[in-house]
Amino acid sequence: MTLRNFFDKLKPNFSKGGRFEKLSSTFEAFESFAYTPNTITGGEKFARYRGCHIRDAVDLKRTIITVVIALMPALLFGMWNIGHQTSISNGLDWIFWHQIWFGFLRLLPIIAVSYIVGLTIEFLFAEIRHEEVSEGFIGTGLIISMIVPVTIPLWQLALAVAFAVIIGKEVFGGSGYNILNPALLARAFLFFSYPSRMSGENVWIAADLWGTDAITCATPLGQLMSGQPLQVSALDMFIGTIPGCTCETSVVAILLGAVILLLTGIASWRIMLSVVIGGGLMGLLFNTIGANDYMHIPFYYHYLMGGFAFGCVFMATDPVTAAHTNTGKWIYGFLIGVFAVMLRVVNPAYPEGMMLAILLMNCFAPLIDHCVVAMNIRKRKKRWAIAERRNIR
Amino acid sequence: MKKFDLIKLPFNKENPITVQVLGICSCLAVTAQLKPAVVMAISVTVVVALANLIISLLRNTIPPRIRIIVQLVIVSTLVILVNQVLMAFVYDVSKQLSVYVGLIITNCIVMGRLEAFAMTNKPLDSLLDGIGNGLGYGIILVILGFVRELFGRGTLWGYPIIEKLGLYNIGYENNGFIIMAPMALILVGIIIWIQRSHDKELQEK
Repeated sequence: MTLRNFFDKLKPNFSKGGRFEKLSSTFEAFESFAYTPNTITGGEKFARYRGCHIRDAVDLKRTIITVVIALMPALLFGMWNIGHQTSISNGLDWIFWHQIWFGFLRLLPIIAVSYIVGLTIEFLFAEIRHEEVSEGFIGTGLIISMIVPVTIPLWQLALAVAFAVIIGKEVFGGSGYNILNPALLARAFLFFSYPSRMSGENVWIAADLWGTDAITCATPLGQLMSGQPLQVSALDMFIGTIPGCTCETSVVAILLGAVILLLTGIASWRIMLSVVIGGGLMGLLFNTIGANDYMHIPFYYHYLMGGFAFGCVFMATDPVTAAHTNTGKWIYGFLIGVFAVMLRVVNPAYPEGMMLAILLMNCFAPLIDHCVVAMNIRKRKKRWAIAERRNIR
Repeated sequence: MKKFDLIKLPFNKENPITVQVLGICSCLAVTAQLKPAVVMAISVTVVVALANLIISLLRNTIPPRIRIIVQLVIVSTLVILVNQVLMAFVYDVSKQLSVYVGLIITNCIVMGRLEAFAMTNKPLDSLLDGIGNGLGYGIILVILGFVRELFGRGTLWGYPIIEKLGLYNIGYENNGFIIMAPMALILVGIIIWIQRSHDKELQEK
């Protein structure tokens, strides 16, 4: 029996009037996960209006899968780096495959918890609201597991994912309606709820295969925050062999993902570029002020440390929460860069500013769009008024 | 039956916080622990009930053009009295509540009930309405105080309940976010969500 026959056989049970009518959204989700749906524009209800519209092949499912593929280099590098950091900190001489296997075993529970909790809630809400399960969480769930410290207790992660999906997304109506990026919201929840698990020196390197014990080691941002000189080179930070969140240390791997996103046109190059410009200019501004050691670091160091690159490529460009107009995207991205660097250098409470900068600009994105549209209307009105006057003459 | 409604309705369909959305400021500020929340709830109930009663008694003699200032004088007097009583008997809680007892004067629920109810209704009805609204406000405060103290500090009324249950030994940790005001606002939102999904009449179109 092929899979198609299997689905066809089960379908009547899940349709209206069937035995498992309540689970129709779940069935639909698995069916459309396996096969392209055979319905077309207008759907069954409007069958007689079937037209000849050309539909873009890039639907939500394909968009999300592209993002997941773009995340793969960072994910694989992160796996290796988890093992690499543990082995060098313990003075062990692990081979490459041992390091990657260790990282895989550490990361697997995090990814599993993130997906299981998030998808369960998504399926529940879809059933309650009689909607189709949206694919949005496939990307979000993976991203959440990539931006937490490797030693995060799993129950805390589960709580954060539940909070992000319910309060950040479902309350507003599900995927596509959220104001804030759900993955960042999960991280922010963890950051404010359990600060000792999300920052400091005792969370970044797993001590052993199980448990939440960590080896003491500061991230580059942590070293700068506490006034120490940087103990890692720019090249190390660029390649990513530094302690940090699970999969966001390697700028090289993230750039590979960025290339995929830009080539496929999934992410906006305007946002990425303007985040980089904003962060760079702010870094240069601090260089000229130069009030303390932190302000003296070269501006491009900000790109290499912490979550700047990851946030810039995968989080700021989230099409739902970013600004939608082209001018708006420039403003939005620029301010993210500015605020991220400003929070890092000026605010002593938060070592990493990228998360808060993106969340802040998420809130302002609709306002930016509104202003851009209003400006455009005013400009056109003016142009129209001039033309009108000429005609009268 | 109608008199009973005056007390009953503010608990559900006319709740000052979740339906009328009044008194949000103090509800976020004093609910980090259960004890101040309860004291605040009682204080507000006393002030609203007595202010309602007094204004209702005076309602025919107050000139409409200066009614707000008359109401303010009465409310301020009551608030000062309450504050003195708190300082005399529960000094530590009074310290915790700090300015928020004084700020009952500006609590929208008090002025709202005076304007909307006491100015046009009989003394007994006004008293009941005041008690009802004060308790309706109080119940939300107590729910918030309970949740926030339990999950934020691991205690209830100062008693270390989580520690006694031994949850810390198996890896449980207090949630620092729930102590902060933003999370209190989110909790109020969740209460509103539950109430409205339960009671279809309250849903806006």
